[in-house]
Amino acid sequence: MTDNQRPDQDKADLPGSGKEELSPVMGQADPGSPQVDTESEFSVEKQLDFTEKSYSQGQLVRRRFFRHRGAMVSLLVLLGVIVLAYSSIGVGPLPGWWDKSYLDTAPVVDGGAPTLQLWPPSLGEHPFGQETTGKDYFALTMRGTQQSLLVAFSVGIGSTIIGVAVGAAAGFYRGWIEAILMRMTDLFIVIPLLILAAVIAKSLGGGIWGMAFVLSILVWTGLARLVRGEVLSLREREFVTAAEAIGTGSVRIIFKHILPNAIGTIIVSATLTIATAILLETALSFIGYGINPPDSSLGQLISTYQTAFLTRPWLFWWPGLTILAIAFSVNFLGDGLRDAFDPRQNRSAD
Amino acid sequence: MLRFIARRLGISVLILFLASIVMYLLTINSGDPLEDLYGQTGANRQNLIDARVDRLNLDEPWYTRYGIWLAGVSKCFVLACDLGENRSGLSVNTLVISSASSSLRLVTVATVIAIVIGVTVGVVSAIRQYTGFDYAVTFMAFLFFSLPVFWAAVLLKQYGAIRFNNWIADPGISPVITIVLALGIGLLASLIAGGDLQRRLLAFGITAGLLAVVLFYFNAVDWWSRPALGIALIVVLSLAALGLLLMLTVGLRNRQVIYSGLATVGVGIVSYFITAPIMEDPSWTLLLILAAISVSVGAVVGTVVGGYERRTAITISVGTALAFGFFVFVDRMLINWSGYLDAVGRPISTIGSSSPLFSGNFYGETWDWVTQLILPSTVLILISLASYSRYTRSSMLETTQQDYMRTAKSKGLSDRVINTKHALRNALIPITTIVAFDFASLIGGAVITETVFGWSGMGALFKTALDTTDPNPMMGFFLVTATAAVLMNMLADIAYASLDPRIRR
Repeated sequence: MTDNQRPDQDKADLPGSGKEELSPVMGQADPGSPQVDTESEFSVEKQLDFTEKSYSQGQLVRRRFFRHRGAMVSLLVLLGVIVLAYSSIGVGPLPGWWDKSYLDTAPVVDGGAPTLQLWPPSLGEHPFGQETTGKDYFALTMRGTQQSLLVAFSVGIGSTIIGVAVGAAAGFYRGWIEAILMRMTDLFIVIPLLILAAVIAKSLGGGIWGMAFVLSILVWTGLARLVRGEVLSLREREFVTAAEAIGTGSVRIIFKHILPNAIGTIIVSATLTIATAILLETALSFIGYGINPPDSSLGQLISTYQTAFLTRPWLFWWPGLTILAIAFSVNFLGDGLRDAFDPRQNRSAD
Repeated sequence: MLRFIARRLGISVLILFLASIVMYLLTINSGDPLEDLYGQTGANRQNLIDARVDRLNLDEPWYTRYGIWLAGVSKCFVLACDLGENRSGLSVNTLVISSASSSLRLVTVATVIAIVIGVTVGVVSAIRQYTGFDYAVTFMAFLFFSLPVFWAAVLLKQYGAIRFNNWIADPGISPVITIVLALGIGLLASLIAGGDLQRRLLAFGITAGLLAVVLFYFNAVDWWSRPALGIALIVVLSLAALGLLLMLTVGLRNRQVIYSGLATVGVGIVSYFITAPIMEDPSWTLLLILAAISVSVGAVVGTVVGGYERRTAITISVGTALAFGFFVFVDRMLINWSGYLDAVGRPISTIGSSSPLFSGNFYGETWDWVTQLILPSTVLILISLASYSRYTRSSMLETTQQDYMRTAKSKGLSDRVINTKHALRNALIPITTIVAFDFASLIGGAVITETVFGWSGMGALFKTALDTTDPNPMMGFFLVTATAAVLMNMLADIAYASLDPRIRR
């Protein structure tokens, strides 16, 4: 992007136009150049165009985000999946609109084939089919989706809190916190995240909260490094020096002056962490160190029925496509947010 | 440079040591190693428990046990590693040796191919920013990025393997599919070519036409079940490689360098016929020696023909010589394909890392592991391809916005020089840091992929060790994968230092 496309910058006019500001005194034209004798030419203030509406930083971000078509579609898909998963079989004591439970078995009808019809649209008795013992696969998949979403969002929140705290402390105070953060990142080069998560998850013994805990204490390092980088550059800025000069405490500087300026990085990274978490959780459940039966998770469903692929492919397709849909939409959402927060990386120069 | 490498090595060893303590502690605390014996009801229950406590030294504190393991491992420095025994008394050395080779092959092949394809795709999509190709690549990258490894693996295993095996039993491509393929690839070529309508149409026409002719020809001579390249195609491919190398370095202006490359191809043709007898059934050692010979031949040709541009000519000649040798090897492999096919029947197996009871000549053995490797490495490549292409693209775009790029353009350098010399070299610097992290996640992915494909590799070793809370095999797994990761990291660092002179301190 070249400078003349940026409306937000003051720029000198072309030489010879008579408007170039070569004088060291602000707002005065070079006396050697042809003088234009109108009042406005000598005005110190820049002429503002009041016909165009002006926007605050937050409004600009929001506008760019809502204009990002991919991100909007992803948001709709993600919300759709969330609403479907939680409304269909209900949450805890609250009943949902779907009448079958993921725990009840029933006689297998028609080899358990799915009854979902696109035209004429009808759900039928078992829209996603039935598994081996006759459990309704729609209810099972929805239960798995609930669990996976719960883990993913808890990890998103948990690891963001840890990552922001450690990253901000490491960037602001430097010293031993920074050293520990950097060594932890090195650790993940040597021991893969998945391996570490599997070992810790096994010692904690499954369950979705255990799972969420394990992943939260492992995936924050990436975010922490990004926040550290932002803080390192922000703490050298004038407004931080000004705040220090009037005696503001370091905690207040971090929370009031530095972190609000790093919010874009944090939100984008938190979104992408959710995608990572859902992929990690399902992978762990798949190799048997995640959520264990009788509770269900999307990864565990695929693991259980992967051998039935040739005879009853729907047992494989539904949970897999659900994971793909969630991870895909979350990733696209993150991309849209990145574009919204960082106009330099914008697709179109608007 | 040497000091830089030595310092990096020192840090890596320290990290390995600390990580091994973490891993050891986590493993021994992940469960109860006596769990399966508590259920025993026989009279010898106590004896069994005592025997295992004795074997695993469970009555000792953790640091003593870790010390015993470390003492065994430190013998590696005198090339006599002792990784201990697993809980049923088998030597972990044997377990690791039998499982490491297939896994490391998988991870290395996947990493190398993913880097090559990913960086190429990333660079092209950055150069052709906001075109159909760029949007398609972006979409695919997000799709692959969101793909659950295990799901993709099961899908490829059940669809890809079985489809391909059915197809190879009665190979051939129908005219309709030929035309669709030719049109599709032609469209891709026109998107990559960019520029004005004439240029794009030309790219589309040439690619689609050539591909259609080649496919029809292959079908007519039943190439699919009796493939080969032959000397003519080897020469054509080597010239293409020469062209690519020239494009990346000095372009077509420099006659001396072109002559040097052409001379290398000429020497290659002669040596193709000389080495024909020993290429019948070689070994890896022999192939390595031949590769070394081609490097020196390339260097000699470059020195003799290169003239004032000696250095560039040597680089180009060595590259061309290696490419020529590689295509000769591929030709030999293809010639031996039909023999392998007859021996095995359904080539791509979905279980295990090698065909049981198969024995053949050198090429047969190589085909055996290549066919087993194709599907698992495809899964891993797809997944790391996404991150490589994205990072390369954004890094390349970042570089092209720099001021020195504008300077280069305004002083009238061609697009080729700007993109390869000014942009690519600088854009590659951040990529090298991604390699280290990506390699670690590939090892994690390999554990899953091997589980799906039923390999008895490192993944199986890891799973058994974790299920039985057996520290020695687990540490064996850790040692191999972590050392591989550290080596990969080293390579990335060296690449980093050679790309960015500021690092070499």
